[in-house]
Amino acid sequence: MIRSLLLAAGIAATAPVALSQTVAITGGRIVTNTDQGVLETGTVIIRDGRIQAVGAVAPPQGATVIDARGKWVTPGLFAAFSHLGLSEINSEDPTNDVSASGSDFQVSLRAADSFNPDNTAIAVTRIEGFTRAAIAGFPGKGLLGGFGAIIDTSGRLGSVTAKDVFMIAQLGETGAGAAGGSRAAAWQWLTAAIDDARAYPRGFEDDAEGELLSRREALALKPVVEGRIPLMIEVHGANDILRTLALRQYEPRLKLILLGATEGWRVAQEIADARVPVIVNPLTNLPGQFDMLASTLENAGRLEKAGVTVAIADPAQATHNTRLIQQLAGNAVANGMSWEGAFRAITSVPAALYGQRDLGVLRQGAIGDVVIWDGDPLELMSSPDAVYISGAPTDMVSRQTKLRDRYISLDEPRPQAYER
Amino acid sequence: MRRSYLMPLMALLASACATASGDAGKSVPEPAAAAPATAGTPATARTDVRRVSYDRDPYPSTYKPLPPDNVLIRNATIYDGLGGEIRNGAILIQDGKVQAVGPQATINAPAGVRVIDAAGKFVTPGIIDIHSHLGVYPSPGLSAHQDGNEISGPVTADVWAEHAIWPSDPGFTRAMAGGVTTLQILPGSANLFGGRGVIVKNVPARTAQGMKFPGAPYTLKMACGENPKRVYGYGGGQSPGGAPYSRMGNIAGYRNAWQRATEYKRRWDKYNADFDAWEETMSLSSTSEEPSEPGDPPSAPDRDLELDTLMGVLNGEILVQHHCYRADEMAQVIDLAKEFGYRVSAFHHAVEAYKIADMLAANGVCGALWADWWGFKAEAYDGIRENIPLVHKAPGGCAIVHSDDANGIQRLNQEAAKALADGLKAGVSISRAEAWTWLSRNPAKALGILDRTGTLEPGKAADVVIWGGDPFSVYTRADIVFVDGAIAWNRNEPSRRPVVDFELGQPGEGDAK
Repeated sequence: MIRSLLLAAGIAATAPVALSQTVAITGGRIVTNTDQGVLETGTVIIRDGRIQAVGAVAPPQGATVIDARGKWVTPGLFAAFSHLGLSEINSEDPTNDVSASGSDFQVSLRAADSFNPDNTAIAVTRIEGFTRAAIAGFPGKGLLGGFGAIIDTSGRLGSVTAKDVFMIAQLGETGAGAAGGSRAAAWQWLTAAIDDARAYPRGFEDDAEGELLSRREALALKPVVEGRIPLMIEVHGANDILRTLALRQYEPRLKLILLGATEGWRVAQEIADARVPVIVNPLTNLPGQFDMLASTLENAGRLEKAGVTVAIADPAQATHNTRLIQQLAGNAVANGMSWEGAFRAITSVPAALYGQRDLGVLRQGAIGDVVIWDGDPLELMSSPDAVYISGAPTDMVSRQTKLRDRYISLDEPRPQAYER
Repeated sequence: MRRSYLMPLMALLASACATASGDAGKSVPEPAAAAPATAGTPATARTDVRRVSYDRDPYPSTYKPLPPDNVLIRNATIYDGLGGEIRNGAILIQDGKVQAVGPQATINAPAGVRVIDAAGKFVTPGIIDIHSHLGVYPSPGLSAHQDGNEISGPVTADVWAEHAIWPSDPGFTRAMAGGVTTLQILPGSANLFGGRGVIVKNVPARTAQGMKFPGAPYTLKMACGENPKRVYGYGGGQSPGGAPYSRMGNIAGYRNAWQRATEYKRRWDKYNADFDAWEETMSLSSTSEEPSEPGDPPSAPDRDLELDTLMGVLNGEILVQHHCYRADEMAQVIDLAKEFGYRVSAFHHAVEAYKIADMLAANGVCGALWADWWGFKAEAYDGIRENIPLVHKAPGGCAIVHSDDANGIQRLNQEAAKALADGLKAGVSISRAEAWTWLSRNPAKALGILDRTGTLEPGKAADVVIWGGDPFSVYTRADIVFVDGAIAWNRNEPSRRPVVDFELGQPGEGDAK
């Protein structure tokens, strides 16, 4: 008895699951991201951390009933790419684990090992409606930057949903630079790494090392070349995208995700035919580099029309302003993408990219990540009223809201430091 | 650290330069002083002697408005930029100016004026971005085009942003599509005194002079905090690299420069006063019945281009735009300005402005702010989403939405929308029409051009945007952008969507951007 209580307490301390708690959110406009589509009004029931029912159902007895009339009810937002929990202050190296240029290890680095659930950006992101995020570093040297993970935004210790679900890499201008100065060098670098991973372990017997990778690094790349986890490659130019797709001729088992795909619209049909999903920043419309000359605000919409699976994120605003992904999606709609496509691009599509099919959707059995919004979740002036992670309500407080509340009135008798 | 983190840091600077009583290169005769008002040509006039002074506008604007589009826009919801909203409003644009604005029943189309039906659309003053590095940090980000920070020394008040503007930066046309009609282009924030900023009209041109806002004042970029320390104190792979190494060094660097400027100004003021007296003496000697020897004219001080700029600030001719994040540092700078007798026009970035919103208002300093950037460095750690509305809320507060970013400049209306929403949720009462003051009136005020643009009032420049819908919605884009009463941008008319030289012959040329 005592032991089982302790056990339960132990679980509660580390897991966001609110056991045996039932919540019924009633009367809201429900975006399911399933074949049910959008329900103009209905009820979402969450029990034991999972969605129990969605639709015209009555709240069970004993459920906590939340009146959401006039509100929108959606799955929690899912950041398709971020560095959340990897950097407290970007310019302060000791607080920034995004990349490790001084390490001999790159391929084998695991973002989950760096993830800091106390990072203040997590609550800042959560209160804007994000419940999950893919996190990854970037290569500190070479083309491969290690494993990405999925985290939830509860901020609890141990809030890693899944480790090692994809590998991050860079090609194009950035990759060329990292490989020694040219795209041709990058191609040799990456294919040599693939060869080493394929050769592991036999090629590493008798203290032999790989052509490029050390033993540990080759081992790390093994699940990628065997197609067990996707390889996410940041690439922007149309020609570079085609070369990247051609990697599958070199190693057919590779599963690819394109990150950036800024000129993707120029080769949209090829990307669609290859069934390779993309993660785009719909607001990239400047030729920041020569591999982005044809960037346009219409990229996301054009890719969608060609049948490409599109997720939305911005790798350049991925530590503290991951929350702006919501605004990116709204702008994708303003420039030709469907609302449904844009919303899925920040919920169910990224969840599915990483095999998390119980996230990003509101259907029976899905994980109870639910957000109640005061309006269209893609609108600039909308914001969440409540955020549930695995069925548990979260507090809508961040370090930023505390600073706001402290300074909203300045004419007080005591210094602000007395106010909490 | 990725490049994207570094860019905002590198990009932050700006300012200064000056036009003191003397400016640039050539010494020119003082036209007014040549003939004293007292009498006719002095008998013993030494006509070879001229007061030494310098052209204050040696790189003058050659801006010419585009051919005018005379239109009456009807059926619009109008935010006038003064904080007012007119439903079913009309605005008459003729000969480059706003001729009339008000309820549409009160305004008719004169002959020859095209009528634009703007049912369901919104009309606002053009957006003014008070903090841009377009042209000096252009796209693409080539190493050859990193022209925004003169990091050869912490005090470079003698450099001018306009001398580095690349008019072919595609960012200008993107900003135009976002409704930006005027912008201030600043040097970066690597330096304590970064140099002079320049105010430009957002029109395509072959030269920087072709964009310069006629008659706008010069500005001086200064910078607080981490950037000057990082670039100089820790720069060049050495630590210490040189001064400033600390925030103490920052303030000392400012004070040393302002002290030199004070003494420089004193020399010029004395020279001008002495010259006045000498002319007076000469004029008296020529009219007196007993001529006396007027003696030699006074000698002019040696010219110093750096101190010219700082003296321009002390003379109230050049407006200080000070990059500063932390509340405590802004308070130090306010005292610094009082110590040397000048005003700070606006603090830029000012991530902690909300902590001293009362102090900023009391000292008449605007806050030019992001809606939600934070955390990329220590001095940005305390950013909150309500910074803009809290600066607005202080009695007399002056909040400005700025970009400092080639992407952000394209959607400043969206930044205002986010700030407005966050303010409303925090209980700050702000109308949408009032929020538009953050985008046009307040930046115009902080740039000294409010008498010419920034609001929709008869007689002002017709810098006007027609939005496809509510400009505080994410789904709305600018349809038509007028600069000085001419359509500079029309979303639905490719011939009115300029393409810069750089993009000609490249993939995506002329595409919807």
